[in-house]
This record gives sequence, structure tokens and C-alpha cells, in this order.
Amino acid sequence: MLKQIEGSRAMAEAIALCRPEVICAYPITPQTHIVEGVGELVRDGHLKNCEYINVESEFAALSVAIGASAAGARAYTATSSQGLLFMAEAVYNASGLGLPIVMTLGNRAIGAPINIWNDHSDAMSMRDAGWLQLFAETNQEAVDLHIQAFRLAEELSMPVMVCVDGFILTHAVERIDIPDQADVDAYLPPYEPVQSLDPKDPASIGAMVGPEAFTEVKFLAHYKQTHALKLIPEYARSFRDRFGRESGGLLRGYRADDAEMLVVAMGSICGTIKDVIDEMREEGFKIGLVTLVSYRPFPLAALRDALARASDVVVVEKSFAVGMGGQLADNVDGALRNLPVRPRLHSAVAGLGGRPIPRGSLHRLFRQALVQPWEGVHFLDLNERVIGREIHRTGKNRRSGPTAENILKQLAGGRPAEQGRPG
Amino acid sequence: MSPINEAADRNAAPLAPGETQKLKFYQKGTHTVGNRLVDVDDRAVQSSLDRSNALTCGHRACQGCGEALGARYALDAAMRATGGNLIAVNATGCLEVFTTPYPETSWQLPWLHSLFGNAAAVATGVAAAMRVKGRSNVRVIAQGGDGGTTDIGFQCLSGMFERNDDVLYICYDNEGYMNTGVQRSSATPPAARTATTPAVGDEPGNVFGTGKSVPRIAVAHRIPYVATATVADLHDLERKVVKAMSIRGARYIQIDVPCPLGWGSASHDTIRLARLAVETGFYPIFEAEHGKVTAARKIRKRTPVVEYLKPQKRFAHLFKGGVEDPRVARLQAMCDANIEEYGLVDHHDDDV
Ligand SMILES: Cc1ncc(C[n+]2csc(CCOP(=O)(O)OP(=O)(O)O)c2C)c(N)n1
Ligand code: SF4
Ligand SMILES: [Mg+2]
Repeated sequence: MLKQIEGSRAMAEAIALCRPEVICAYPITPQTHIVEGVGELVRDGHLKNCEYINVESEFAALSVAIGASAAGARAYTATSSQGLLFMAEAVYNASGLGLPIVMTLGNRAIGAPINIWNDHSDAMSMRDAGWLQLFAETNQEAVDLHIQAFRLAEELSMPVMVCVDGFILTHAVERIDIPDQADVDAYLPPYEPVQSLDPKDPASIGAMVGPEAFTEVKFLAHYKQTHALKLIPEYARSFRDRFGRESGGLLRGYRADDAEMLVVAMGSICGTIKDVIDEMREEGFKIGLVTLVSYRPFPLAALRDALARASDVVVVEKSFAVGMGGQLADNVDGALRNLPVRPRLHSAVAGLGGRPIPRGSLHRLFRQALVQPWEGVHFLDLNERVIGREIHRTGKNRRSGPTAENILKQLAGGRPAEQGRPG
Repeated sequence: MSPINEAADRNAAPLAPGETQKLKFYQKGTHTVGNRLVDVDDRAVQSSLDRSNALTCGHRACQGCGEALGARYALDAAMRATGGNLIAVNATGCLEVFTTPYPETSWQLPWLHSLFGNAAAVATGVAAAMRVKGRSNVRVIAQGGDGGTTDIGFQCLSGMFERNDDVLYICYDNEGYMNTGVQRSSATPPAARTATTPAVGDEPGNVFGTGKSVPRIAVAHRIPYVATATVADLHDLERKVVKAMSIRGARYIQIDVPCPLGWGSASHDTIRLARLAVETGFYPIFEAEHGKVTAARKIRKRTPVVEYLKPQKRFAHLFKGGVEDPRVARLQAMCDANIEEYGLVDHHDDDV
């Protein structure tokens, strides 16, 4: 049914349609509206047969989900940013135990400095934790990916993180098609665990494994993710067959077939990039986009095939590894590694901590990649004047005070604090 | 022949004439494990067929481990009380490690280990799953050491209490992080030597802090049932576990479990030390319901704390060179305060 609805509310309704049995909730912006939404659906009786547990931390949220899932219940939770870091130990534990928990990650920057706005550094911090990570481009896709996520998780016995851009998706009110219960029920069979805690068949789960088998256990987790590379497109196809729209899959191209320059990006920024591509196409640029939906597993082969004929690849990402560069660019580099003739790779970091990514800046970025390629990583719209002044200021004085505060003062037109006095 | 033995005979694999029964070393001559592999006549009382042996033989605990003993009696009592409809969630620690290096396990009930600090929350999840699956008859125990309970797992524990989730949490209190090689926890007594509170310097051993009694904190949560127990009185422990299982909601039992390795005590002194901890007032044994202390186990023979301290190497520095450290008096004062607070000695027959 078509609804004019907030993204978070739409996701909450989609999650409820998946009939989770245990939901653990802990508030953090920008994910909060989702758990509030499912909570209401449990309370008002829309979602029956579900335990909604208000926990005392994200670590507890995922731990409760771990217990519930190990005992055979379909379990769901959601978080963002600091919350994901707070549950980090349990994130690895859930995948290590092979528990098909689905978690929404309302993508938000990680502090310090504390920042509630969108970027992808939270998702990237857990990129190696053994979860599937799927990125939604639109709120419609966010709805649809949750339904696919439960099926993928349970088929593979692996947890899935559905990554949705904080505010840009979670708080946007727009027209979204909420599937029917009957269709979701037909698409998503009841959860049949491979093993569960049951007094009738007592098993010890989660015991110690030594060097004699640890490598094999880890390899099999990797093997499962490579198997997911087949399942993700397959389930996206069966989703299309039932629900009549394209959502999910490993990746998809936009005006990519004849493109000489291909942009690679994830999440909601792809919408803006498509607009820029349309504009540049009108000016005669042969430019296209590859939207990556599945970041984990990383579709090395599919991406290589998609990018192989381009001469330039520009990776635009909302996160980077300090001291190294863009994580996505690094992974894309890995996909191109063995091509006999490989495209030039340009890495750009944009939208950190919620900074807008305007079309004009993208236009300049893509043109610059052609005429004036850069080494390493380019920070879109970096305020170089402020940076220069701050480097100069901190170089003058050891007790130079807090950088973040001084930069804000500069931007407000004030004078930076001098010596010892953190303004 | 008792009905139990008849049943046993039906189950026992018949031996061919002249054949001798092959036993592993840990199966022989032991009265501490419920060994049903030996001949009926040789079996100890522990091998009663009524006994679930939830924690069975073959685990790798040190000789005289109080934690292994406490866990076995606690879980067997809970198994009896629930008709075997029981799931255990275990925090990381000695109990987890010595019972389960894959592919071996000593657990004869469904058992899950997730992490060090989340046992209470994981147990909440298991209980929620059972409820939602219409299997509320299946009950859940979370268990961990003092470190996993009073320190790193404290937040999850308090959350589970406050929501009154249907979980019995059992803390095996050996007063230190034993699995990692005997470090200080918030349950380590003042002056005790551990690897991180070495017996060197002006005030050797652990500091005199303010103390952290999780049983008292549990009482402050007004949960339906809180008890402390000791491996020196296994019947009392069993009674408390059975009582806990008769109640729904959050319950907490903390058991004093001497650790020969960590305390530097003789393996055969585990029970004696546990008893002395009670008789000196060092470890008050009490019960509380809904925020009110309802019972305390009286001291039978009030004993000075030195008698508890002296057999343990972790306190040896308090008596170095035959001189008693003045901090022994402070430890005695702690015991006296416990005795006063919980009324552990009836004043009319106080024989001190
Ligand atoms: C997050 C985390 N920190 C530290 C450890 C290391 N660790 C494992 S067991 C343990 C000590 C356990 O002490 P306690 O809970 O008292 O149980 P005991 O071994 O004494 O029975 C420690 C520190 C860990 N596994 N996980
Ligand atoms: S170190 Fe202590 S708690 Fe651990 S197995 Fe040995 S005696 Fe038991
Ligand atoms: Mg301990």
C-alpha cells in the first residue's frame, strides 16, 4: 500500500511485517524513530507474538538478541554510531555464533567530536565483523532490504546489517510502498534454526576453539559470505517477482553501459550523483554510476566486470580510515587489482558528519578527476583556509587548546584562543 | 534391590563373562562425580539416577575447585526443580573454560556461552524467546564468576534485575579473576594478594576500598529473591536454588566458592575455608525477598578472622615474620560489622 510516511516509520512497518519475535530497543539518533515505531506496533497489537525489551545499553540490546536468536526466535535490533561501537564485542560474537539477527544501522558519524549527522564511519568500523552489510539508496529500498535481510540471514545463519543514511533517509517523509502481509509471509518462511537451545536436545554452544580448528571455522564464515554473493541477487530476483520492483542485489549500474568514467558510491548519495550524471551527459560526458548495495560480502567479481571497460573510476564515500584513506576506494582497488588494463582510480571523501554534498561540488570533482587527477584521497569541499590557519596556530604553541572548538570560532568570525587558554 | 538400581541395571551395558570394564582415570575411585559407568555396587550416592549431573565428570577444574562444586549442586537442584526444563547461559571465566573446550563438554543441559560481560542480557533473550514460543516452562539460569558479575557484567545484571526478567543469575564468587591468572576484582577482599595487588610495598595486597556487595545491591533492586550461599552447606544451597526456581522474575544467588589456586589454599581445605568464612562473619549468608532481608544463617561457633586468613597464602603477608599486620584488626572489624548488620550471632548465647 502506498503511503506518505517517514522513512523510519516505513522501516518499522516493514520490520513488523517480518514478524520478529524479540525486539531489543535502545535510543540513539538517528535510529530512534525506528525502534519507537516497532514498539508502538507491538503495543497496539499490530505485531503479535513479539517481546519488545527496553534494554540498558546497546551492548545489552545485541546480547539479548543473541540469547533470543540462539534459543530459536527471530530477533531484531537497531542502532547508530556510538551505539554500534558500544556493542562491538557482541557484533563479532553474533556472527561468530552464526545467529541470523537483523539490525538496522541508521548511519551516523563517530565522535569525538560528537556529531549526530550522517556519514558511513559507523558501518565501516564493523565492516570486518562477519555481518552482511547492505546499503539502501532510498527509503523504498530500505523497506525492501529489511524483508530480504531476514530471509538472507536465516538461510545463511548469519547476521545482516541494513545500513540506511541517518536523517537523509530515516527522517525523510516520502511516498513509500508498504508491502502486504500475505506477500511478505509468502516471501519469508518462518525461521528454522540450524541449532538452538532446547532441553530436549541439549547442546553446548559457544565453547572455546583452539588453533587446530580456528582457521577452518573462520574460513567457513568467509565461505558463507561468498555463498551470499549468489543468494543476494537470487533473493532480489524473487523479491522482484513477488513485489514487482527492483530492490537489493549486489550492485546496479546507472547509464553505465557506455560510460568512460564510472562513479562508485553507496547509499542515498547515489540520487544526487544520478542527477549530476544526467546533467553531465547532456554536456556530452560519458559518465555513469555503479551503486553498491552489498558492501559485505564485497562483490569483487561483479564490480570488476562492471568497471572493467571504464577508463576512470571515481569512488565517492562518506568515511575514511584516518592515516590511510577511503575504505571503499581501497576495496574497489582490490576489485580492479588483476585487470590487465585497469582504469585510473580516484578516491574522494565527502559528506562527513552530515556535510551536504551539493551537485556543483560533484560536477567539479568529476571534471577534476579527468583533467587534474590527484594522488591519494581528495576531501570534497575541504575548507583549506581554516585548515591552514589551524595548522599554523597549533604549530606556534604547544598548549594550543582544542582544535574543534577553535575551528568553529574561526568559522564564526571570532579569534582563535591564544596560548594555554582553551577559549 | 531398589527401584533405582533396577533401572540402572536395565541401562547398564552387559559385560561378557571374563570381560573387565574399561575406565578412564577420572572415572575411578571418585565420589565427587556421578559415575554411572562403574558397577552398581561400586557406585557412589552421587550416581543416583535421579541426579541430572548437569555438570558431569571429565571437566578440567583444579582439584578442590569450589566453583565446580557449587555449580554442580546449584544446577542439579535447578534441574530437579524444573523437571529438566532448564537452559544455562555462561559468562566467560573458569567455569566456562574448564567445562567446554570443543568438542568436549561437561554440560548435560543446553548451554550457551556468548561473552564475558553479557550473561544476564543473553539470558533475558533466551527467556524472552521461550515466552514467545509458548514454552515458559523452560527456565533460564545465567551464571558467571565474580568478575563477570560484579565488574564487567554489572550493567547488564542491573538491567535484568530492574526489568524483573525471568532469570536466575548465579554468581560463583571466588573473589578474583581466576581464569586469567588471579587478578583483583571488586569482590576481592581488602589486603588479599592477587597478581594485580601484589604483596609488596607499604600496604601489601588489595586496598581497603568501600567494598561492593552485589547481594546488597540486588536487594536494593527489590527483586523477588536474593540469597548468598556457600559450598560449606550444600543442602542450604540446594534449598535456595529450589526456592529461587519456584519464583518468577529476577533472582540472584551468590555462592562463596573457595579457589585453591587463587587463594593459595590446600585443595582439601575448600569446604573448611568456606565454613570459616561463614563462622567468622566474613561472608554473611542471608536471604532477601522484595527488598527485605528475611533470613540470615546464624554463626554456630563465632571464630576470629585470623583462623580464616591463616590457611590462605593470599593473606600470608599479614603474618610475616610472626608479626600480625594491624590491618588484620580492620578485617576483624569488617566481620564484626557483618555480624552486627545481619544479626549473625544471637546475643544471649554469644560465646565469644
Ligand atoms: C571483555 C573481556 N575482557 C576480559 C576478558 C578476559 N577474561 C576472561 S575470563 C576473565 C576472568 C574471569 O573472572 P571471574 O568472572 O571472576 O571468573 P573466574 O574465572 O574467577 O571463575 C577475564 C578477565 C574477556 N574474556 N573479555
Ligand atoms: S583457578 Fe580456581 S576457580 Fe579456576 S578451576 Fe582452579 S580452583 Fe577453580
Ligand atoms: Mg572469580
